[in-house]
Amino acid sequence: MSTYNTGSTHISQQYDNELEDLRSKVLSMGGVVEDHLVKVITTLSTTQLEGVEYVAESDHVVNSLEIEIDQICTEILLRRTPAASDMRLVLAIFKTITDLERIGDETEKIARLVLKLNDPRAITIYYTGILAISRNVRRMLSDALNAFARMDSKSAIRIAQMDKEIDAGIDLLMRQLITFTLEDVSAISAVLDAVLAARALERIGDHARNICENVIYLVDGIDVRHGETGIS
Amino acid sequence: MQPKPDGAQGPNGPNNFAATPSVKVDVEQRSSEVSSVGEQEACLEVENMNFYYGDVKALNNINIIIPERKVTAFIGPSGCGKSTLIRIFNRMNDLIDGTRLEGSVRLNGTEIYDPDLNVADLRRRVGMVFQKPNPFPKSIYENVAYGLRIQGINNRATLNATVEKALKGAALWEEVKDRLHENALSLSGGQQQRLVIARAIAIEPEVLLLDEPASALDPISTLKIEELIYELKSKYTIVIVTHNMQQAARVSDYTAFMYLGDLIEYDETKKLFSTPSIKQTEDYITGRYG
Repeated sequence: MSTYNTGSTHISQQYDNELEDLRSKVLSMGGVVEDHLVKVITTLSTTQLEGVEYVAESDHVVNSLEIEIDQICTEILLRRTPAASDMRLVLAIFKTITDLERIGDETEKIARLVLKLNDPRAITIYYTGILAISRNVRRMLSDALNAFARMDSKSAIRIAQMDKEIDAGIDLLMRQLITFTLEDVSAISAVLDAVLAARALERIGDHARNICENVIYLVDGIDVRHGETGIS
Repeated sequence: MQPKPDGAQGPNGPNNFAATPSVKVDVEQRSSEVSSVGEQEACLEVENMNFYYGDVKALNNINIIIPERKVTAFIGPSGCGKSTLIRIFNRMNDLIDGTRLEGSVRLNGTEIYDPDLNVADLRRRVGMVFQKPNPFPKSIYENVAYGLRIQGINNRATLNATVEKALKGAALWEEVKDRLHENALSLSGGQQQRLVIARAIAIEPEVLLLDEPASALDPISTLKIEELIYELKSKYTIVIVTHNMQQAARVSDYTAFMYLGDLIEYDETKKLFSTPSIKQTEDYITGRYG
């Protein structure tokens, strides 16, 4: 375990400002990504398509934030050669923004699948299970971002575990979706899309878990990926 | 939390000094255990060592084991005692009046502060290079041959072979082989520093102490010195003091952080610079106010 430094400030005030600015940009990127997921969930529950229409056209916002944060990280590496917790912060952010960008992509994928279906009744039939899981995924993402904001590795360990429940839910959902095709062959196309959406949700859970692992690395300096030291 | 968790003499190692009265609990507890890293052969062993300039205590209960044929870096702010410590290893501090040492400092088992010890002999075993290159105002050749000559070796063939070997060892041979009899002061600063290193290794010491060896050099010369340190560690135990933390991170295997005369943390370099165990270390290497 290391000493994650939140108490003291850098001798260079400017350096503190740069790191603070970087952190808040990551959080606002997280906010945008979460907002997109919320809009998809709203569409699934109300069957009003405005939400997914917006998301399908807005992924570029997430992408440009990724590029912007990437550049800030690169500049800090270049100018400051960060060490210890500062180095871990920059590395954790590099990884976290990649995860956030992928979450954005997966969310957009779900939005496009729902748009393609474009049928309120079919949304109610095929996406009810997905709606339930997507609420859990959203909570996990939101908690993971909070853990990042508070540098709270204890919560991050707990939140990362939620991924297992989500995966179990997805497995159950897959079986449920398959039974639709057994009852009604004409449903195959819609069910296949729903399977893809479920798979995208599962991926979002995986990325939220990665963010938790990044927080643990940042705060405690230990690498818990791939079950190395045991949160799997 | 144990600051130096690994090693043969780990946190629960031969802790004979646990009964030391602790006023500053934090530091006293830390210093009362022998700091070592990994299961390396010990070259220099410092035990319960205090050092004074007159009444001023400059080093406070230092316990450290420096492994053989590795590069160990000492970092810390000015006045933390890191130069004082490495000067102890070849008794350079004897030259300053009123200094006093308590405790034990051993070089491969020899007690360095044994009153019967021949200091000239010790300095043959422990070479030293300073911040500013200090070649003698003699030829390049004579600078390197100097250590052998004062040992009474004057055989031309032996001297030639040793000078060539030392200059090659110091990565200077190619640059000076055609001008060995020119004055050493005609060399550039970076070349002079490598010449001084050649002079130090010509007599095959066990330990090479480098006190800020590159801080007066330009970046290219600095890189050459750093490359040289990397090559030399296969033959010598190297102890380096540097203000440049990036340099410590680049060249050393182990790093010790000192602050106000205390040894705060000693660990593998990669561990100390990525996940230090102690907040003072963290504050120093990240450039924070303590």
